[in-house]
Amino acid sequence: MAVELDVELVSPEEVTYSGSAEMVIVRTVEEGDIAFQAGHVPFLGVLAPWSVDVLRPGGERDTFAVHRGFVEVSHNKVTILSDVSEAADEIDTTRAETARQRAAEALAVDAEDVEAAAALERAELRLRVAAA
Amino acid sequence: MPGGRERELRRRIGSIQSTKKITRAMELIAATRVVKAMQRANAARPYARLITSVIEDLAAGGAEVDHPLLRQAPEVRNVGFIIITGDRGLAGAYNTSVIRTAERQVMAHVSEGKGYSLCCVGRKSASYFRFRNYRIDNAMSGFSDNPSYDDARRIAETVSESFLVEAVDQVELIYTEFVSMGTQRVVVRRFLPLVDTEMMAREGSGTGREGSFEFEPSPEAVLEALLPRYTEARLYGALLDAAASEHASRQRAMKAATDNAEELITKLSRAMNQARQDAITTEIMEIVGGAEALGGGDTTDVDIALASMLAGTDASMPTAAGASPA
Repeated sequence: MAVELDVELVSPEEVTYSGSAEMVIVRTVEEGDIAFQAGHVPFLGVLAPWSVDVLRPGGERDTFAVHRGFVEVSHNKVTILSDVSEAADEIDTTRAETARQRAAEALAVDAEDVEAAAALERAELRLRVAAA
Repeated sequence: MPGGRERELRRRIGSIQSTKKITRAMELIAATRVVKAMQRANAARPYARLITSVIEDLAAGGAEVDHPLLRQAPEVRNVGFIIITGDRGLAGAYNTSVIRTAERQVMAHVSEGKGYSLCCVGRKSASYFRFRNYRIDNAMSGFSDNPSYDDARRIAETVSESFLVEAVDQVELIYTEFVSMGTQRVVVRRFLPLVDTEMMAREGSGTGREGSFEFEPSPEAVLEALLPRYTEARLYGALLDAAASEHASRQRAMKAATDNAEELITKLSRAMNQARQDAITTEIMEIVGGAEALGGGDTTDVDIALASMLAGTDASMPTAAGASPA
């Protein structure tokens, strides 16, 4: 049996998810996806607003939208620290859709609107994760 | 007039009884809230611990940064204070002890010729310092008994901002630390500037991790992204501690108030029963005296008068004699 990873998703309020996995896929701010398997060297990275995929031993996949945070890997333990993250089934798609439209409209008026751009990015990430 | 004193005491007992009902209800509510607040504080611990351990790893990885949040001013001219109190009173000495410590701190810095800047969290500290004409730069309230991470972030951002623009050179955090159900103490902690990473690492659990981490993008970049989160997590921890302390203090204060009310009711009931007996005795004496004066020695009239009076007060006599406070 292959060695498994312990995965924990930790928010400031609580430990939101913990379980074991064969592989964890994240994206760091360097615009690159990185996957961890058991035996990975100790790693510490800043996460980009992107999804985090946890591949469970049974072949299941848990997906989270992580809007910002860090990933730490050591001793076959993957810890994701994030103050803004959501599980795929927690996402309200209709709300995300309206948020996306609103942000897109704001951007159409003012292309320099940083907040709208961030909102658009967040909404798109939510929709993508919910669809996965 | 006989019975006047008794009526007055009865009214007072009634009012104390309704006060007791309120304090009892507050005590029970605080008791359930303190449990919830403790659970929240415990649930928040892993994040704070992990952030610290990441900093340890960074220190081991040799991250050297010149982050603005680490800026040590050569001379401290203005000191900022974050004062965390509750929104509501009736919590014993909880609010006053924080406020007293804070005021002493402010005074100490002012007497050294430094300026101050207050950030009042919770309605109680804001109203206290406003009433005494202190200058308040930020006041936030409405979440003291159930703080969320967003509240912590808002405060941390505001305070960090004034630190970054050099409006203040140092920030002290004054709040109540929750040690246990029975012990809470007011503490003054340095909030900003953050001590350097090695200090933070030493403050942490010190689990002796290996230093061969890979960093992406770089140790410095990770630390830079991490420091604001670290300040937020610290503030969030302080808010949760303060909330738990507030509920624990309120529970204790309300328990004491309920006990006092009970004691007072017992005392007043005794006084009331005595007053009632006095009134009855006086009444009997009056009747006996009156009958004797009228009948001129004929005892049967007195007996009849006494018997009819006893029949009238029959219901209250045994309780008066029993003087039971319940």
